[in-house]
Amino acid sequence: MMNVIETHELHKAFGSFTAVDRISFAVAQGEIFGFLGANGAGKTTAIRMLCGLLKPTSGAATVAGCNVFTQPEQIKRRIGYMSQRFSLYEDLTVAENMAFYGGIYGLRRREVRRRADELCRRLDFGHARHTLIRDIPPGWRQKLAFLTAIFHHPTIVFLDEPTGGVDPLTRRQFWTLIYEAAHEGITVFVTTHYMDEAEYCDRLSIMVDGRIVAIDPPETLKKRYHADSMNEVFLRVVNG
Amino acid sequence: MHTIYLLIQKEFRQVFRNRSLLPLIFVVPLVQLLILPLAATFETKGIRLQVLDADHSPQSRALTRHFAASPFFHLVDAPPDARAADDAMMRGLADATLTIPPHFEADLLRSDAAKIHLSFDAVNSTTAGLANTYSLAIINDFNRTATATASATAPRFWYNPQLDYPTYMVPAILVLLVTIIGLFLSSVNMVREKETGTIEQINVTPIRKYQFIIGKFVPFWIFALVDATLGLLLARYVYGVPIVGSLALIYLLLIVFLLAVLGVGLFFSAISSTQQQAMFMAWFFMMIFILLSGIFTPTESMPEWAQRFNLINPFAHGIRAIRMIMLKGAAFADVRQEFYALLIYGSLALTLAINRYKKMNS
Repeated sequence: MMNVIETHELHKAFGSFTAVDRISFAVAQGEIFGFLGANGAGKTTAIRMLCGLLKPTSGAATVAGCNVFTQPEQIKRRIGYMSQRFSLYEDLTVAENMAFYGGIYGLRRREVRRRADELCRRLDFGHARHTLIRDIPPGWRQKLAFLTAIFHHPTIVFLDEPTGGVDPLTRRQFWTLIYEAAHEGITVFVTTHYMDEAEYCDRLSIMVDGRIVAIDPPETLKKRYHADSMNEVFLRVVNG
Repeated sequence: MHTIYLLIQKEFRQVFRNRSLLPLIFVVPLVQLLILPLAATFETKGIRLQVLDADHSPQSRALTRHFAASPFFHLVDAPPDARAADDAMMRGLADATLTIPPHFEADLLRSDAAKIHLSFDAVNSTTAGLANTYSLAIINDFNRTATATASATAPRFWYNPQLDYPTYMVPAILVLLVTIIGLFLSSVNMVREKETGTIEQINVTPIRKYQFIIGKFVPFWIFALVDATLGLLLARYVYGVPIVGSLALIYLLLIVFLLAVLGVGLFFSAISSTQQQAMFMAWFFMMIFILLSGIFTPTESMPEWAQRFNLINPFAHGIRAIRMIMLKGAAFADVRQEFYALLIYGSLALTLAINRYKKMNS
């Protein structure tokens, strides 16, 4: 299978502080790849480099076949991104946000409308299409942010703690959406602190102090660390 | 092109949904234009004058009457002696003293020349200077009636024959208000997206840097031009300021002027990380540049360095050009220099703004 992300010794230092320490890994197309690590382990920094938001210090990486050093803008055509901070326009409606982002990726107006209809139907959200984002409850907002991030059908979608502060029911619905996206062929690169979510991933990597110390499917990791759950695996890995 | 259209559409939607911004854009400038020209007047009326008349002659009383008849002067109680006169000035009871020496009438009749003495409270030098000018006019007038040889000069003021202050101030205040609106909107807007985090989402899309900046630029350009139009209507129909020059030329100059103002605002926004920073920079920039621009005081009387500084001051160019077109009917050839200066300034500022806006951090 083809790899959509490949990094080799990718490195980022802020002055004397090393945020990401020469990480090398690959993500195959269609995978749901969980990117785990404690707070401050360097997950967000790594994601920001892969998305072309942050210039790496050294190393090499390609995302969707484009070089992160020389082709950051080409990468941006092919990815979707949902940051830790909620970032849809709160003073625009659901439909307007979708039309705006869809249009920016070059979707035609009719295509935008068709896709917005489809997504709202999937979410059972048709009644709130013309509601301002600021009037929509947080759990729903997260789902909308995700659907907006995959609106233009990217090759890969990067999700940085997409379910932070979301109730368990909505989290489950959120993961249904992630599975559906993966089913459509979108590679999902997701960070999370919920280990039940980690179990849903095809493969996991665990970062400690800027380095990737483990990378495998959840089952393999559990066997290796003689653990019953990903929670135990995580604690053992992080505590060294 | 479609991307820029989407960005502009988004910006308009956001402004029209912002209930605190909308009145700020449209009402505040109008209130400003209705109040400021009255406050910014240099006209000085009711200068309190005390007359120390040591002659007590028909001619000295005639001179006093001339002063009393002027709307600019208001006679206060005559002091008994020079010392009391000084004291009244000191205590701020009088703004000016007219001293008529003894033998005033006798000198006047004998030699056609008599001395009087005028002193002014010059703590406010502008008022004192104006009082002096008014006095000279009154004395001239008195000379003509009192003596045969009076050859009074009668000045004529071109382009603003009534020396009407709104006529002079309104065009400048018009420029001021589009500046305030344009500069603050543009400097605060982009950095607001940094604060709310939406710019991160923009940065991860294929939007080009210039597209984003133009998407920010065009809406505020339009708002400022709408404000300018309202301002011109007020100038014409409330203040009766004549618009001698061509309206098209006024707009052409406003367009390049706003290019410079918005360019600077967006540049501030690009280099700041909070709205406060951007606001402070905009405020500082505006205070310095407006005070030096010649809006209230003629630039010709400023020190050499200040005049040279005005070469890089967009307000100085803008205000001069708009005044020249509105009041003197200047043609394009007359304001060519200002036009090109503003065009270059604006292009540079906008280029800098695009350059300093980073989609990728290092």
